[in-house]
Amino acid sequence: MAYDFNGATIEADEEGYLVDLSVWNPDLAVLIAEDEKIVMNDEHWEVVNFLREYYDEYQIAPAIRVLVKAMKKKFGGDKGSNKYLYELFPYGPAKQACKIAGLPKPTGCV
Amino acid sequence: MAMDEAGGAPGAAKKFLYVNRKAPYGTIYALESLEVVLIGAAFEQDVQLAFLDDGVYQIVKNQSTDAIGAKNFSPTYKALGDYEVTKLYVEAEALEERGLTADDLMEITFEDEDDDWAEKPSINIVSRADMAKIMSEQDVILSF
Repeated sequence: MAYDFNGATIEADEEGYLVDLSVWNPDLAVLIAEDEKIVMNDEHWEVVNFLREYYDEYQIAPAIRVLVKAMKKKFGGDKGSNKYLYELFPYGPAKQACKIAGLPKPTGCV
Repeated sequence: MAMDEAGGAPGAAKKFLYVNRKAPYGTIYALESLEVVLIGAAFEQDVQLAFLDDGVYQIVKNQSTDAIGAKNFSPTYKALGDYEVTKLYVEAEALEERGLTADDLMEITFEDEDDDWAEKPSINIVSRADMAKIMSEQDVILSF
């Protein structure tokens, strides 16, 4: 598939993950989110930015369990929970948030 | 969905040892091993890694892949602690035969939940004889 972004065609795989991670920008993230039926707010951005930082440091998109633990460490127990993340990203936080963040699918996702 | 969202399998976790024997680039073995390790860890198995032969090069620090146009995936080893993979065994003889010492390896650590999240080293350098003993204690050994 592909995203139509300001008249340009942005290539994505069949599930909507960007083919070229370097083309990502915040406006494109909003567009990908729309496709996932998500309207980005500050809480969504916090997770998306966190994932991008994690990828920058470790070169992988973390599995959900790892994301929850890392969020808990950085933002506290309220935000470091499955419930909180699933409320923000109902179809799977790791999967949807990674897609919006322009990262590959988390390792361990089928 | 993420595999770890399916919940843990009933019964006790098995002891898995992933044996890494090849240099990190030039073949796909090292990267494939690392990916399988991360998937296995997501299933909440007891996962350990062994580095023998040229496999010790996988965790050498300051890797740069600019000249070969391949992705430098070495930072990912530092995420293993987040996946609760906290035991990386490195064979002392393999290091020595390649003129390497512990100082040439990346700093890979984990936070010990049972010790107030103290940061501890994940890398254990062991003799060839001890490595054989570690292997004999596993339920499953996968060689890459």
